[in-house]
Amino acid sequence: MSLTPDSQAVQHTKAKPVQFYVEVASENSLIIYFGVSNASQQVQITPTLCAAITKAQALIRSSLGALVVDTIPSYASLLITYDIWKVDHFHILTQLENLLNGVYLDQQESGRTITLPVYYHTSVGPDLQRIADHQGISVEDVIELHQQQDYYVYTIGFAPGFAYLGEVSDKIAMPRLATPRAAVARGSVAIADKQTAVYPQTSPGGWNIIGRCPIPMFNPAQQPPIPVAVGDKVRFNAIGEKQFLALGGKI
Amino acid sequence: MNGLYIEHPGMHTLIEDAGRIGKASLGLTTGGPADRMAFYWANRLLENPRGCAALEITYGGLKLHSSCDTSIAITGADVEIKINNEIVGNWRSIAVSKGDFIEIGYSRNGIKAYLAVKGGIQIPQQFGSCSTVVREHIGGLNGTTLEKGDWLPITNVQCTHTNRLPDDAVPHYSTSLTLRVITGYQYQQFSERERRRFFSSEYQVSSQWDRMGYRLIGPEIQFPKTNMLSEGIAYGAVQIPADGQPIILLNDRQTIGGYPKIGSVFSLDADKLGQCQQGASIRFEPISIENAHNELHLAQSRFKKIQFIKEAVTR
Repeated sequence: MSLTPDSQAVQHTKAKPVQFYVEVASENSLIIYFGVSNASQQVQITPTLCAAITKAQALIRSSLGALVVDTIPSYASLLITYDIWKVDHFHILTQLENLLNGVYLDQQESGRTITLPVYYHTSVGPDLQRIADHQGISVEDVIELHQQQDYYVYTIGFAPGFAYLGEVSDKIAMPRLATPRAAVARGSVAIADKQTAVYPQTSPGGWNIIGRCPIPMFNPAQQPPIPVAVGDKVRFNAIGEKQFLALGGKI
Repeated sequence: MNGLYIEHPGMHTLIEDAGRIGKASLGLTTGGPADRMAFYWANRLLENPRGCAALEITYGGLKLHSSCDTSIAITGADVEIKINNEIVGNWRSIAVSKGDFIEIGYSRNGIKAYLAVKGGIQIPQQFGSCSTVVREHIGGLNGTTLEKGDWLPITNVQCTHTNRLPDDAVPHYSTSLTLRVITGYQYQQFSERERRRFFSSEYQVSSQWDRMGYRLIGPEIQFPKTNMLSEGIAYGAVQIPADGQPIILLNDRQTIGGYPKIGSVFSLDADKLGQCQQGASIRFEPISIENAHNELHLAQSRFKKIQFIKEAVTR
């Protein structure tokens, strides 16, 4: 591991170092909270902060190698699981703090933009009308607003391939259903508050469903198994029923 | 090809190896044996590498045929084992001959038995592991529990002697546990009163328990904040949802979640929790991370030092 704080400082004359604090999570894991220096502060979720977490994750993995067993990035945190037979928590904590002091809040790095086709229709989007009524706009407006902007991939988790995308316009934001559905179809495109996502597998869920995407969000037989990664941008593109079926979509 | 033919799959039998490590960024959980110590013992009795794929048999009830000579070892929950209708012991390696019929009875102490095979069960890995996670449809034979007619490929190798764990090293599984907790995550944000309530109360395992997590019933623990960002979940993490009833998250836990956590259960104790079911009585006790590391190293040392009783192969 080599750190060159001086050259980093020159390189980042305008950028601010990312704030963080670390808590023990378990016997072999630590959790780093970003964007704040203690638990009493309220964090602001931004793509810039998320990009800093992605950078921190890459730096930790490349610098600490086999000492680190797994990493889980999320909106404003990074869980680090370490190899308890190779390193103790004092040592890993010191190493992490040294590395994190070299992570700066840059302008958002330009990641990839992935376009996902969506068949927006009430037959596969049972909550389209509810959102329209709730917001006092038309179903067409909901569809137009959902596909007119880029979304940032903040985190992947909960289930394989479940990517949390944000943030949708206030005009189509919608609270979760009071009672979750027992089964949400695979490929369902949904909104919960200001988040949006594509369900990788049929599963229970309380998000508002507005359409269906024919592209598998998790395919174990494919490399990579997930079409998006944290830090990417996603844009949705409306397609018709014929195209949806031609792309392998199922109604 | 050589293998084990599943005549009866039992109530809930899974293929597990040491777990799917390093894939959490894809949203894949770790899986792996609910009682790691029992799993490691089963492989060590056969002189296998410690992570060889084996069966995790919940409640027992498994019946299988072997198509070749091999050796097996059954550890964990106390179950009656019969080979060709003759009772044999657990916590030891057992020679099996081509055509033998193996029956695992129902568990009498603990709920999860491990059946390891000399050389391990030879199935392809998915994302670096054979471990079955039913919720994800990943691992095992078809991402699910064993079924009648399944075929488990194995190698035609038999141990040259029998290894037996000394009786005083065989664990007893209690239904009344004190779980040591490494405090962490949002621990500092719980009030002193709530922390004391957590560490001085008795909880029961509810009807909602599985490899993903154990939901407990008992005195409610309050957390001051209502909204929290989702974050990575460690093995053993103790979540406190809005209803104040703790949930201990285990092998098949979701990778991220948004409930506050008071800390994480020490893995050696989480193993024992994996042998419990509804109605078990649970208490919590804090342990410092330094002491937890110390205990882990001592346990590892004891595991390595215990010598098996070696005997010639009799059957």
